[in-house]
Amino acid sequence: MAIDIGQFVQTFFEESFEGLDVMEAGLLALQPGAAADLEQINTIFRAAHSIKGGSGTFGFQDVTRFTHLMETLLDGMREGRMSVTGEAVNTLLESVDCLREMLVAARENAQIDDARVQELRERLTQLLERKDTASAGESEPAAAAAPPPVQASGWRIAFRPHPQLMHSGNDPVRMFRELAELGELAVRLDASQLPRLAELKPEDCYLAWELELLGAAPREAVADVFAWVEGDCELSIEPLAEAPAAPAEVADSTAKPPPAGPAAGPATGEEGGQQGELLLERRKGEDRRRGDRRTSMTSVDSGSIRVGIDKVDAVINLVGELVTTQSMLSALGEDFDMSRIDKLHEALDQLDRNTRMLPVSSVFSRFPRMVHDISGKLGKQIELRINGEQTELDKTVIEKIGDPLVHLIRNSLDHGLETPDERARADKPETGVITLDAYHKSGSIFIEVGDDGRGLNREALLRKGLDNGLLRAGEDYSDEQIYELIFHPGLSTAKQISDVSGRGVGMDVVRRNIQDVGGSIQIASRPGKGTRITICLPLTLAILDGQLVSIGQDCYIIPLLSIIESVQIRAGEVNRIPGRGEILRFRGQPLPILRLYEMFGAEGAVTDLEKGLLVVVEADGRQVGLFVDDLQGQQQVSIKSLEKNFRRVAGVAGATILGDGRVGLILDISGLIRTNNAAI
Amino acid sequence: METKTTDLAPLGPRGALKRETAEGLQYLTFSLAGEEYGIDILKVQEIRGWAPVTKVPNAPAFVRGVMNLRGAIVPVIDLRLRFGLETIEYTKTTVVIVVMVQGATGNRVIGAVVDGVSDVLNLQAADIQPAPDFGTAVHTEFISGLVTIEAGMVMLLDVDRLLSVEEMFALEAVRPTEPVAA
Repeated sequence: MAIDIGQFVQTFFEESFEGLDVMEAGLLALQPGAAADLEQINTIFRAAHSIKGGSGTFGFQDVTRFTHLMETLLDGMREGRMSVTGEAVNTLLESVDCLREMLVAARENAQIDDARVQELRERLTQLLERKDTASAGESEPAAAAAPPPVQASGWRIAFRPHPQLMHSGNDPVRMFRELAELGELAVRLDASQLPRLAELKPEDCYLAWELELLGAAPREAVADVFAWVEGDCELSIEPLAEAPAAPAEVADSTAKPPPAGPAAGPATGEEGGQQGELLLERRKGEDRRRGDRRTSMTSVDSGSIRVGIDKVDAVINLVGELVTTQSMLSALGEDFDMSRIDKLHEALDQLDRNTRMLPVSSVFSRFPRMVHDISGKLGKQIELRINGEQTELDKTVIEKIGDPLVHLIRNSLDHGLETPDERARADKPETGVITLDAYHKSGSIFIEVGDDGRGLNREALLRKGLDNGLLRAGEDYSDEQIYELIFHPGLSTAKQISDVSGRGVGMDVVRRNIQDVGGSIQIASRPGKGTRITICLPLTLAILDGQLVSIGQDCYIIPLLSIIESVQIRAGEVNRIPGRGEILRFRGQPLPILRLYEMFGAEGAVTDLEKGLLVVVEADGRQVGLFVDDLQGQQQVSIKSLEKNFRRVAGVAGATILGDGRVGLILDISGLIRTNNAAI
Repeated sequence: METKTTDLAPLGPRGALKRETAEGLQYLTFSLAGEEYGIDILKVQEIRGWAPVTKVPNAPAFVRGVMNLRGAIVPVIDLRLRFGLETIEYTKTTVVIVVMVQGATGNRVIGAVVDGVSDVLNLQAADIQPAPDFGTAVHTEFISGLVTIEAGMVMLLDVDRLLSVEEMFALEAVRPTEPVAA
C-alpha cells in the first residue's frame, strides 16, 4: 500500500501556518513578569510541537531543529524553570516570524535566510543557558519543597506498541532516531509476538522494544518523543541509575481507560496533575488528526472545511440563475405553485451566502501583534480591546478592509494616542486604549476604531480648509463637516496637517477602499477625549434588495437600503438656484434634485417634476432626491460585474438579470451624490 | 479557447461551425452594408438572433447596450455604427455574433450586431493578401487582410483591435458621437 505523502504536505503547511497564528496570539496574551499562565503556554507549546512533528515527518529538518529550540524554551517556562520575561516573549515572537518565513521558503522551495535563523537560534540558546544558570542558583534553596530535577545517567524505556500504532502514521524508527539525538541509544527488539507469515497482517505492528538511552537527557525530552503515540502503546520510562526522587511513571491509557473520558494514564511523581493535564491536551490535538477513528472522544473542532473560492462562486452563479428562472416561471403561470421552488431557492441562497461569510477575526487577528510592536517602538503604553470578532462578513469585503483598518489603527497609535507623560499631565491613565469593535446592525456590518487619545485638532483643520479654499470664510461649519476634511486628498496628504492634527497620509485612500466595497466611513472626535471612526459595510456584495424604477423605457435598480422615502413633488416647493441646480425644501432641509433622465440621456421620460416621483436616497451621510418616472416592483437581485466585459459606467454600480431575463443596471448612489457635489 | 457550435441564427446548410481542416484557417463571414467581412472563427463563441438590449447611459452610440448571456453581462456593439456607417432597422436576419476578445486586462466577451451571417471560409495563409491603404468603408487599421472569392472580396477583420473597449473609448474621445437612427 503506497501512500503518496506529497498530498499531505499542503495540509501540513496550512496547519502549520494556523499553528503559528495560535502561537503568536498566545505569546501576545502572555503577561511578562506575571505568574506564568500555564494554559496559554501549553497552547503555544502544543502548536510548536505539532509543527515540529509535522516538519520532521516531511523532512524539513531545519524547521524541526528550530522549533525544537523554541519548544525547549517554552517547556522551561511551563515548568517554571524560566520566567516569562518581555525579552523571552519578544524573541519567541521573532522566532514565530522566522519560522513562518522558513515554512514559506520550504513550501516554495526557496532559500531560507540562514543568517536570520542562525541569529535567532543563538538568541534562543542564550536564553536557555541563562535559564540554566538561574535555576542552578535558585532551585537549590527550594529543593526541600520541590523535588530536585531528576539526575539519571540514562533511561530504560519499554515500548510496546499496540498493533494499530502504524495506522495513525507513526513510525517507530523515526522516534528512535529522535531518541538517538538525545544520547547514546541501545535498542533491543522483542519479536516474540510476531505471528507466522500466513497470519501476519502487514499493517499491524507486532514488535516491541527495550531501549536504553544513555546521557543526561531530561525525562520530558524522552517523553516528548512518545507524545504522539501516547494512546497506542504501553510505555514505561525508568531511570537507569539509582535516582532518589524519581518514581517510575507508567502511562498506559488505552488498556484501562478511565470512565470519565480521555484522561491521561496514572501520572504519578513530581509533575503530578500538571503533567497529566498536559498529556490530555496533547491527546486532544492528536485526536483531531486522527479524525473519525476515535469517535468516542468528543471533538471541539467547529467542523470547518476549506473550499476554493471559485467553487463558491460557481454556486453563487447558479443561484443567480435560479433566481432568474424562478422569476420567469412565476411570470409564466400565475396559478403555478411557486412555494416549493421558493423554499428551495431560499435555502440555497442562505447556504451560499453563508459559505462566503468569514468572521472578521481573520482581519483583526493581526492587530494585537501590530499594536504590540508599534507601541514598543513608540514608547507608548497601549492596550488593544477587541470586541465582536466573530461578526461575519463577505470574504471579498474582508479582503478589502484589511489595509484601511491597518491604516486607521496605525494613525491612532502614531498620532491619536499620547505618550505616557502627556497622558499623565492630561490626567488620563498612562495606558492608552484602542478599541476595535465589530457588530451587526440593520443589515449592515459596523466596524469601529476608537482611541482615547487627544482627538482631532478642529482649529488646525479649519484653518487648512480655509487656506485650501475647501471651506468658505465666515460660514458656520459643523464638527462633522470639519472632520470630514481629513478624507480630502489635498489635505490628508499634506505633511503639515498630519503633524498638527494627528492624522496621517492617505485617509482619502482609506475612504476610497471602503467605498469600493459599497461601504461608508464616518468620523467623530472630541478634543482631549479621543477619536472614533465608524465604518459601515454591506453584509454581502453578491446579492442586494433592489427597488426597480422606470426612467423612460429603461429600468434601473436602486439599492433598497439607501432609500429613505419616495415623495411626490408639488409645485412651488422647488427652487432653482443658479449654479447649484434645483433644490426641494424637504422636511425643513434643502434637498438637491437629480434628474436621472438628463444624466442618463433617457428617451421618452417624464420631465415634469410634478408628474414623476422623487426617490430620496442617502449615502455617506448626504441626501439627494433622484427624479424618476415611477416605481416598479422590489426584487432581490444578484450583482453582476459590468466591468468584466465592458467598463465602469459613471453612476452605475453594476448590473443584474431581471425577472424577464433582461439586464437591469444598479445605480451607484454614493457615486451619484459625489458627481452631484462635484458639479455644484 | 473553445468554439461553441450553438447555431441560433439562420446559418444555412453550410453553417455548421466545425473546424474540419486541421491545417487551414477558418473565417466566419458576414455581411454589413453590402460588403463581406470575415473574422477568425476561433474568436466566435456563438451566434444569436437580435433581441432588445438594455441601454447603458453615457456610452458611445455604437454601444447598443448590454445583454444577458447566461448570467454574464455582455456589451453589444453595432458594427455599422462602429464603422461610421448608416444604421438600419433591425430585421429577422439581424444577428449578434458573440466573440471573445483579447484585451490588455484579460479576455472579454462582446456581442457584435451585423446584417447577417454568410458562410464559413476555409483558407490557407497564402490566400490572404495584405490590406490596402485606402478605399474601404472601414478604417484600414482594423483590417488584417483581404481574400478574393468567387462572389467577390472579403475583408478579414482584426477583432481584438476592432472590439477593444479601450480603443473604442479612445476613439470616442476624438470623434463626435453619431446620431442614432434606429
